Amino acid sequence: MAYLIHLAILFVIYAILGISLNLVVGYTGLLSVTHAAFFGIGAYIVAILGMQFGLNFFVGLLLGVVVAGIISFLIGFVLSRLGGDYYVLGTVGFNYIVWSVLLNWQEVTRGPLGIPGISRPKLFGLDFTSNLAFLFLAVIILGAIYVFSQSIVTSSFGRVLKAIREDERAINVFGYNTLYYKLTIFMIAAAMAAIAGSLFASYITFISPATFMVMESVFILAIVILGGFANLKGSLLGALFLIFLPEALRFVGFTEDIAAQMRQAVYGLLLVVLMLYRPQGLLGEYKL
Amino acid sequence: MAVLQTNKLEKHFDGVYAIDGLSIEVPKAAITSIIGPNGSGKTTLINVLSGMLDIDGGSIVLDGIRLSRFKSHEIPMYGLTRTFQEVRLFNQMTVLDNILVVLTERNVFSALFERHSNLHFMRTEELLKKINLWEKRNELAGNLSYGQRKLIEIARALAMEAQIYLLDEPFAGLFPEMLKVVVDIVKELKTRGKTVVLIEHNMDLIRELSDYVFVMDSGKLLADGKPNEVLNKREVIEAYLGE
Ligand SMILES: Nc1ncnc2c1ncn2[C@@H]1O[C@H](COP(=O)(O)OP(=O)(O)OP(=O)(O)O)[C@@H](O)[C@H]1O
Ligand SMILES: [Mg+2]
Repeated sequence: MAYLIHLAILFVIYAILGISLNLVVGYTGLLSVTHAAFFGIGAYIVAILGMQFGLNFFVGLLLGVVVAGIISFLIGFVLSRLGGDYYVLGTVGFNYIVWSVLLNWQEVTRGPLGIPGISRPKLFGLDFTSNLAFLFLAVIILGAIYVFSQSIVTSSFGRVLKAIREDERAINVFGYNTLYYKLTIFMIAAAMAAIAGSLFASYITFISPATFMVMESVFILAIVILGGFANLKGSLLGALFLIFLPEALRFVGFTEDIAAQMRQAVYGLLLVVLMLYRPQGLLGEYKL
Repeated sequence: MAVLQTNKLEKHFDGVYAIDGLSIEVPKAAITSIIGPNGSGKTTLINVLSGMLDIDGGSIVLDGIRLSRFKSHEIPMYGLTRTFQEVRLFNQMTVLDNILVVLTERNVFSALFERHSNLHFMRTEELLKKINLWEKRNELAGNLSYGQRKLIEIARALAMEAQIYLLDEPFAGLFPEMLKVVVDIVKELKTRGKTVVLIEHNMDLIRELSDYVFVMDSGKLLADGKPNEVLNKREVIEAYLGE
């Protein structure tokens, strides 16, 4: 049971990452491979502020949202000058930059040593230290993010995002300054990833730069691709699938270390098979 | 009474002078056709007028305002809209959304909190019924036939409630019933006092519809005048036969 709660918490965190990245990739058609950078920014801000200044988790979370918003605005602005494949490469570059800052700004981040002993959230006498209580908090946050995302994609704004994905030059002619739309959704998604990061830091209680590398962004992208572009439920399904897959491998008889090694290969294989037979993902509504 | 005017307009692609010192005046509340052989710069002219391409020289005067550099998203503010020769719909969106998207809020933050209103919906219904595609409203635009997609392009432009409509070969490839729908729409625009710039290859349609004709060749103005005068000119016939 304890282990199931552990997996459920991981699922919630990756579901937030998947949903938020889907807003950018699936709805707006911007193939971003830098989501782990914002995930990391959120995690590090909660960790540093909590450890150095004893700041409350929720204050750290809000600050993480603000900082991720500002950084994503700047990054998004630079990326807006890049089109197509160059955009993808640009996002990869930013993920590397953020990662190497986390790694090398040792006075603040402790570099490769990482930050241990991060505390669990507390608020007005409510204590989320136990895993079950933490899961409860995480689910509430996921729920809020899901509802907010759903309202975005069904709004007039969301319709414009899809039009940008379909033909940005064309929707321009109808009076939309698409740069603002792309920046706004990029910032919203980054802020959500930062929230996932703050949950992650205080749940695992230890973070290090290695968690926020490009590989992690690819993993989040895999959640979106597997679950389906432009479908929020798909991202829930994608997260569920990828978090529970290693367990399923163990269940069918692989030993723990073989299951762990197989995991990456199976992820890869899944993606390839999916792209061949169902390029829009399991529940997806859009093909790249 | 020119509502739209170009002065010594230039647009070059590397060595190609797609528009080469073009000066035209488009009269208000009339249908003006632009004809010319393939590659003579007609589409490029519309791309420049709609801000999709920057100008290399000369200027554009829209409703008395002189423009030399502007962005395509500003173009609706000048009461101008267009269609695309190659049909550029939002393919993986429904037919309904293809129209709704040009009706709703432009401001980013207002758009975040807006859903299409009843008014938007009724306007969309009216437009889609006009082109006989209301039944297809929930299908993806990309799944419709070429002719149907062409009609949606027209409906989308109508939804903009512009003063000037730049239509790039709106009749090309249409079967007779659909062609009639578009012809009626173009005529109706004129009776409603709108300005239409029409690019077209079909000479019968040009005679039937246009009040004035500009003939382009290699980015230059070859001739202009009333349709019957222009279409009988020797140099115009030669330009077309010379292809
Ligand atoms: N984006 C572009 N890049 C490079 N060259 C271009 C571009 N657009 C147009 N051209 C060139 O400019 C010239 C004019 O093309 P344009 O499309 O305006 O012709 P058109 O009169 O619309 O022809 P058609 O009747 O075939 O539609 C052609 O030589 C074309 O190859
Ligand atoms: Mg053309």
